[in-house]
Amino acid sequence: MLLTIVRHTFLLCVLSLLTFHTVSASDLASPAMLSDTCLGCHGPAGISEGPATPTISGMSEIYIIGAMLAYKYDNDEDKVEEVIESDSDVEFFARTSTVMDRIAKGYSEAEIKAIAKYFAALPFKASVQEVNPELAKAGAEIHEHHCEKCHEDGGRSADDDAGVLAGQWIPYLEYTMADFQSGDRAMPKKMRKQMEEAHDVHGEESIAKLIQFYADQE
Amino acid sequence: MPNLNRRKFLQSTGSAFALGSTVLGFPHIAGAAKKRVVVIGGGVGGSIAAKYIAKGDSSIEVTIVEAKPSHHTCFMSNEVIGGDRDISTIEFGYDKFASHGIKVVQDKATAVDPVAHKVTTAGGVTLEYDRLVMSPGIALKWETIEGYDEAAAEIMPHAWLAGQQTALLRKQLESMDDGGLVVIAPPGNPFRCPPGPYERAAQIAHHLKHHKPKSKVLILDAKDKFSKQGLFMQGYKKVYGDMIEWVAGADTGGGVTSVDPKAMKVSTDFDEHKVAVANIIPPQKAAQIAHDADLTDDSGWCPVDLGTFESKRHKDIHVIGDAGIISGMPKSGFAAGTEAKVVASAVVSMLQEKESGVNSYANACYSIIAPDYGISVVAVYKLAADRSKIEKMSGGLTPADATPEALKREVQYAYSWFKNMTAEMFG
Repeated sequence: MLLTIVRHTFLLCVLSLLTFHTVSASDLASPAMLSDTCLGCHGPAGISEGPATPTISGMSEIYIIGAMLAYKYDNDEDKVEEVIESDSDVEFFARTSTVMDRIAKGYSEAEIKAIAKYFAALPFKASVQEVNPELAKAGAEIHEHHCEKCHEDGGRSADDDAGVLAGQWIPYLEYTMADFQSGDRAMPKKMRKQMEEAHDVHGEESIAKLIQFYADQE
Repeated sequence: MPNLNRRKFLQSTGSAFALGSTVLGFPHIAGAAKKRVVVIGGGVGGSIAAKYIAKGDSSIEVTIVEAKPSHHTCFMSNEVIGGDRDISTIEFGYDKFASHGIKVVQDKATAVDPVAHKVTTAGGVTLEYDRLVMSPGIALKWETIEGYDEAAAEIMPHAWLAGQQTALLRKQLESMDDGGLVVIAPPGNPFRCPPGPYERAAQIAHHLKHHKPKSKVLILDAKDKFSKQGLFMQGYKKVYGDMIEWVAGADTGGGVTSVDPKAMKVSTDFDEHKVAVANIIPPQKAAQIAHDADLTDDSGWCPVDLGTFESKRHKDIHVIGDAGIISGMPKSGFAAGTEAKVVASAVVSMLQEKESGVNSYANACYSIIAPDYGISVVAVYKLAADRSKIEKMSGGLTPADATPEALKREVQYAYSWFKNMTAEMFG
């Protein structure tokens, strides 16, 4: 009798394990399978060979999720807020795109999370590109005063909702900054304040200097 | 079940399963030797499949067979024709494959024996495989257009297999007189790279506008509609005015029906045109080796299971890329790349006697109308539950009202696509 119960429990365990496996497998492709489709544009192992597409490996999970949800829901804040879990640190910021809004709609929230986790765990590798050393030097100073507080470690940090800036391609950084300035991409209030201050103190070239500084980081 | 025991439990079931599979796999126990995968074709599909199989299981012996010592990508070859790109920038070698543990056999695969699981090459090499992945690309159907054969293509290039033909078309555009007529003759569906002829028209117009502004591009189509049509027509008008004229199949009687290379004339059922340059893109079929290996059906292409890309005609052979009948996906380079990743996952799982996971497929395809004017079509796909097609989950075209800045960025993203795609293939 006891033996039968034990055997039943064992079988149930095996069955539930198998069932769980089958259900999850039929629902969701593996993180690698999902993420590999991104690499044709974002580069082998998520490291872009340039010139304009960003490296996405090493970005924070919540940054990628936030970006993908903004694309997926066409910057509809209410819809994004609806799907963000209450305990999540994901924040909504509107952003513009050319193809990503069309692509992101093809992935469920669960798939987006899996993709984000996958790329967040891969190492970031800085691009190798020519920079203007004078502008980069001037940019270092601007960064230190206005940006380092959130974009820590010279823009290398991916600890929060800040994107990795250090070592990204110059055209990508230029597009991003142009979008922030035009309002096509939303930013936190404190960032706008710092950008305005940097502009007031360092003039028209402050953005170009910052871009050269980030591009110069290894 | 308490957590503490869970790992132990998994270990024990794991070994039980392993034991089970050993017993079940008894007839193959001699196959404790290395599993062998042969890949035919070193284009997008073949190169990425080889790399992902090697990456997926380093114990698998992967051999890629490619006749040419280097590969010219079809993508960006229109920019070579337009003059903005040097042909050397679309040429890639296979020197890095060894570092991924892949053996490169530079030889032409001439026969496949699906029963004996053997590939034979022109150089007399025989390669045995447990699974064969074929990404052989296309063959042109000569003589479907009267007078258009391999010799005619040296005068009226197709430039649909990149390399020497690309350079030839470029040279002809450079040496033609101002005021001449350039005819492009796109085939009916299905064919490699559906937007390709129309991007090419724009790239040729880009050259003519700056160097031979009295010239004209005439597209004599076999079809009544084409890929990204609205966006192309809008772009043609905006950038090139009336320089490009497109004539639908209905008005050509189904496109170019005959050519006379000596007289430099191309004809439809209704008209005859004296041309300065003719770019004849003939109808296509799967590459010859696919026919010789008995992998094609009456359509001239290879029917496959859309989940594993295993041939429906011969087991243990997978066909991907332009040669396959991949219902739901276009014959594009990017599509071949994601098919390669899916087939790699399937092949590794099958060789490990594990169940394959769920697939994910995508397409991203850019066309460059002018240096600051790019358009795109993208898609994300899943396999339909009945496996009858690959279903689009999302995607679409560049919006018709895209800003000039967005169109400009799409060109830079196209260049990124090119860099990253070729890094996936040859890096």
